[in-house]
Amino acid sequence: MLFKILGKREFRSFVDLVMSSNEIIAPKRVGTKASGEPIHQFLPVSSFEEMDLDYKTTEYSAKTYFLPYRENLCTFDFGDGDWQQDISYRIQPRAIIGLHAHDINALVKLDKVFIRGRFPSPYYLSRRRNTFVVGIDHFPLEDEFSRSMGTHIVTHGFDLFLTDLGDRYFVAIASDRGFNLLMRVDAREVTDDDTHDYLEVRRRIRDGFKTHISVHSLPNLLDLEFTSEVWKKWGEKCLSCGSCAMVCPTCYCYGVSEEVSMDFKHATKTRQLYSCNLLDFARVAGGHNFRPDRETRLKYRYYHQHRGFMEAYDEPKCVGCNRCGRVCLAGINPAAVINDLYEEYRECPLSFTPTT
Amino acid sequence: MPALIHAYDVRQEAEMNQALDFNRRLTLKPVAKVFKAEITNVIRLTNMEKLFHLRIVDDADRQRFTFLPGQFVMVEVPGYGEIPISISSSPSNKGYIELCIRKAGTVTGALHRARRGAKVGIRGPFGTHFPLEQMTGKSIMLIAGGLGLAPLRAPIYYVTENRTEFQDVHILYGTKSPDQLLFDYQYESWRRIGDVNIQIIVEQPNDSWDGPVGLITELLDDIEVDPDETFAIVCGPPVMFKFVCQRLSEMGIPMDRMFVSLERRMHCGMGKCCRCNVGSTYTCTDGPVFDYWTVINLKEAI
Repeated sequence: MLFKILGKREFRSFVDLVMSSNEIIAPKRVGTKASGEPIHQFLPVSSFEEMDLDYKTTEYSAKTYFLPYRENLCTFDFGDGDWQQDISYRIQPRAIIGLHAHDINALVKLDKVFIRGRFPSPYYLSRRRNTFVVGIDHFPLEDEFSRSMGTHIVTHGFDLFLTDLGDRYFVAIASDRGFNLLMRVDAREVTDDDTHDYLEVRRRIRDGFKTHISVHSLPNLLDLEFTSEVWKKWGEKCLSCGSCAMVCPTCYCYGVSEEVSMDFKHATKTRQLYSCNLLDFARVAGGHNFRPDRETRLKYRYYHQHRGFMEAYDEPKCVGCNRCGRVCLAGINPAAVINDLYEEYRECPLSFTPTT
Repeated sequence: MPALIHAYDVRQEAEMNQALDFNRRLTLKPVAKVFKAEITNVIRLTNMEKLFHLRIVDDADRQRFTFLPGQFVMVEVPGYGEIPISISSSPSNKGYIELCIRKAGTVTGALHRARRGAKVGIRGPFGTHFPLEQMTGKSIMLIAGGLGLAPLRAPIYYVTENRTEFQDVHILYGTKSPDQLLFDYQYESWRRIGDVNIQIIVEQPNDSWDGPVGLITELLDDIEVDPDETFAIVCGPPVMFKFVCQRLSEMGIPMDRMFVSLERRMHCGMGKCCRCNVGSTYTCTDGPVFDYWTVINLKEAI
């Protein structure tokens, strides 16, 4: 990896340069909570001032720019007792500036699902390759546990990654297009002092995590605890609203539906992001539901995050951003649920002790 | 004494017998594209099920389309939706498939109203298959309950068309009542192939039924097998294959030589949408065909 130093003024020139020809998505302040805390979302911005790179978190993740909540897969045109299928992909390039490390790692996980493997998705691939990703380091919120998930450090999946050193940015460069763009503004070489300051910031970030969960033994624990009362306890709270999956940067499951136009000349096939907590997620024709209970569906979501994804990709699907915990209307958050599972084994001499 | 730990012969994998092409590394495809297929025949099987003959319209696509017994296709009815359906016909037919479809929902309802000549879309084939290539030289039990005969019909065709490759062949089929029996016009032709033991059983007979009455597991009471030389393929509802596989286990057949086909809701067929997940396994890409050992290790499978 190449590193450069970019002054704050030069960074502004860089943003203006990108904005002169491409759409930019960035964290934007959209409101204020009752507590006085600002609310941010990833939205298109039209000036440098609209971006707020000091944001703590966004309510929604940026996945919608890669996996939109609704996306047309194809259309069918009817005529003469026959039909024709038409498929198109989004190919307009754009930039996302200000993704935190765990959100970029979330994209890296989605890449594994949608780009690698036997059936890469041209829809996802087209959006991913057409998005210029600029990340930025941040100091974690109290409830974030991305250090436990190993996602507070990012090594690929972006074009440029910034670390704020006060008067300048330490820039990691992970692509040739990132390098070429950076060369058009006045970026300078890294000195020993820069590296020293950078490592100091990295250390403070690492030490800033307050919430920890133990993930290493989770796959086995989840199997052992498949019939645990813990699921009943949390399942009874769950409202099956699906909010957790909507805000999650890695939840990708979806449903496909079709709609016919009012004049019966066209039909549209749409993919819509779904949630495994919704009642009909696993219901089949004829009415049988493989997961009729709230607790079963809640358990399944944890199962996929920490057991299923682990089995498929040797890493958990969760990145520890805790957006789901914050959005949950019933007060369910992953650190509490998982630590509850460990609690069952507290008396056991070989218990899995959560590391703190 | 037969080996206790069975050898895995990598040469039996289907991919190992395909033409060698080191250049073929691109897997990116327009995954939503469907093959347009014409419904060439609609055959009424029962009040609930119809058999659809489909022929891919495009010549080149039709030439290329092949499948293995046990695989499924996603059937697209434009404007209505897309559903997963097991292929019910002989894998030796190229670009022409038969699908046995029960009227159960929106898309199947639309299909049941469709007539000969209508055009639908198909994507696929998807999923794992019954590994008949591993069963060569062995005895084979083909067991279906209810609608399970639909996915079992493909391996039945394969086995009857390649009868000399197998030792004893048993076809066992059970339904609740005689009017639910699928493909009843074919049993005689399978029986006449000779040296195929085919037995049908129903739970609730009507006045015209003169065959055996009871649960499908009862048919196994009269069958002698050499457990080390026998494979089983079991298709039907979970409660049925659970009891059948338990009975087969008691007969000494190892669980990794019994194969079942699972059914789940599916929206993609390609291991993306998660709708078909059983525990952490995708039914569409890791299945729908699983050996029974894998199935009992899948949380929430049965």
